[in-house]
Amino acid sequence: MADPTVPILDMRAVSKTYLAKGRPIEALRDANLTVRRGEFVCLLGASGCGKSTLLRIAAGFEAPTAGEALMWGKPIPGPGPSRGMVFQDYGLFPWLTVRDNIGFGPKSQGRPADEVRDTAERYIALVGLQKFADAHPHQLSGGMKQRVAIARVLANEAEVVLMDEPFGALDAMTRERLQDELLDLWARTGLTVLFVTHAIEEAIFLADRVVMMSPGPGRIEAVHGIDLPRRRDVSSPAFNDLRRMLAAQLHSHHAPKAA
Amino acid sequence: MSTGAEAGILPIAKGAPRVVRPSLARLRGPALALVVPVALGVVWHLATAGRPYSLIPPPSEVWAEMRDLAVGGVNDDAFSGTLWTHLAASLTRVYGGFALAAAAALPLGLLIGRVPLARALLDPLLQLLRPVPVTAWLPLAMILFGLGPRSAFFLVFLGAFYPILVNTVFGVRSVEPRLFEAAAMLGCTGPAQFARVVLPAALPSIFTGLRLGLGFAWVVIVVGEMTGVQTGLGAIIMEARQLSRTEIVICGMAVIGAAGFVSDWLVMSLGRRLLAWSPSHG
Repeated sequence: MADPTVPILDMRAVSKTYLAKGRPIEALRDANLTVRRGEFVCLLGASGCGKSTLLRIAAGFEAPTAGEALMWGKPIPGPGPSRGMVFQDYGLFPWLTVRDNIGFGPKSQGRPADEVRDTAERYIALVGLQKFADAHPHQLSGGMKQRVAIARVLANEAEVVLMDEPFGALDAMTRERLQDELLDLWARTGLTVLFVTHAIEEAIFLADRVVMMSPGPGRIEAVHGIDLPRRRDVSSPAFNDLRRMLAAQLHSHHAPKAA
Repeated sequence: MSTGAEAGILPIAKGAPRVVRPSLARLRGPALALVVPVALGVVWHLATAGRPYSLIPPPSEVWAEMRDLAVGGVNDDAFSGTLWTHLAASLTRVYGGFALAAAAALPLGLLIGRVPLARALLDPLLQLLRPVPVTAWLPLAMILFGLGPRSAFFLVFLGAFYPILVNTVFGVRSVEPRLFEAAAMLGCTGPAQFARVVLPAALPSIFTGLRLGLGFAWVVIVVGEMTGVQTGLGAIIMEARQLSRTEIVICGMAVIGAAGFVSDWLVMSLGRRLLAWSPSHG
């Protein structure tokens, strides 16, 4: 990671074709995307646009059928602690307490027990779950579960946080709270975030750049830099202009292709 | 697959507030549980007491025999005071066979559930042998292990093996794939996932298997001890039958029932402690 000119993530002409019952399904075609260190990038699009596929390739859960997926200029070999994933359905270990879920990563790296405990305590505090450190996931609300999921990725010193519609299952109030908390964490820790969403407002509120994707086959349509000052006011005219523009673009992808 | 989940593990009534006073409310369950057994006991007594030629002894006679078996001093015959020897022999075989079955079935189940090669190699054979009733193994067991306690031990092992294996495989195969992804991206990959993901995630199913397995072990022990074994609850039942000492037969049955009940309770309490995290147990 020495060379600052090398992007932390670099997707070069990445394509992914699945075989579903013997029929090939083209989930992603020829996607090019670079993410620099400390950037907050949103992948925005309707279902079937390949945004989750692109994220899963970055995570190393899937290998591209064509093209290259690079991190710090080297091919991504498979899932690993440098790229932490936050799932929409949380993916917490139900048999572990909040503390042990957050300590899972450091423990897997073979850190000594007291260091694992200290790290867990620090990140429990970071997401404000001190009172629930000994609770099991089924005792937590959706918002708390997602805080645990974020904390366990950060506790593992992930360089990139990959988020797959992480707030999609939460109610609107909790979602807004967590968006604010995430931005706060991002600003404080210098994280790199690749965030998948289908909500236009969420993308504009969070991202430095919004990557617009469209389905059939999944591909990248356009990339928009969002220059609004943070913390962004969702009711400001500039925000609404952007929202209208992106909405028009997003919907045009679904309109029947006219001559 | 996990038939025990429906048949065995009863849901624990969670603090449904009742207006009954707490002490009385706590006695309600046990009191209700006693109604039917007491009624059956009364019927048994009325049908058998005072009939000298009844083939089935009345409850009072069985109770007297039970005391004689336990501490002696009633009949002072060959059976007096032997209950504990027989119980200890059966307990050793049940728990020994069960422990061996668990030690074999757990790792096998984890492998078959998780490693395709292990599944391809072992699953067809094990599935083929599974429908063979444990009792059908008796003649073969006697040839392989001789006439005696080792055959009984082997049968107990077989009886407990399959429920543990089948439920472990089922538990492993139903682990949410998401948890493997979560573990992998946190740096826990390959064989390390067995201890940190597969085993804990499959634990509820494994416990169902252990309960069923221990239950079968008690069923099988009697069959196993009925041929060529000197001690054990099965042996005493067999011997008493040949001597037409039906009251001893009934005593043996009662002790097996009680011992099986206590074993099951032990496994269930252990499970409840280990599975406190699971919303459907705990």
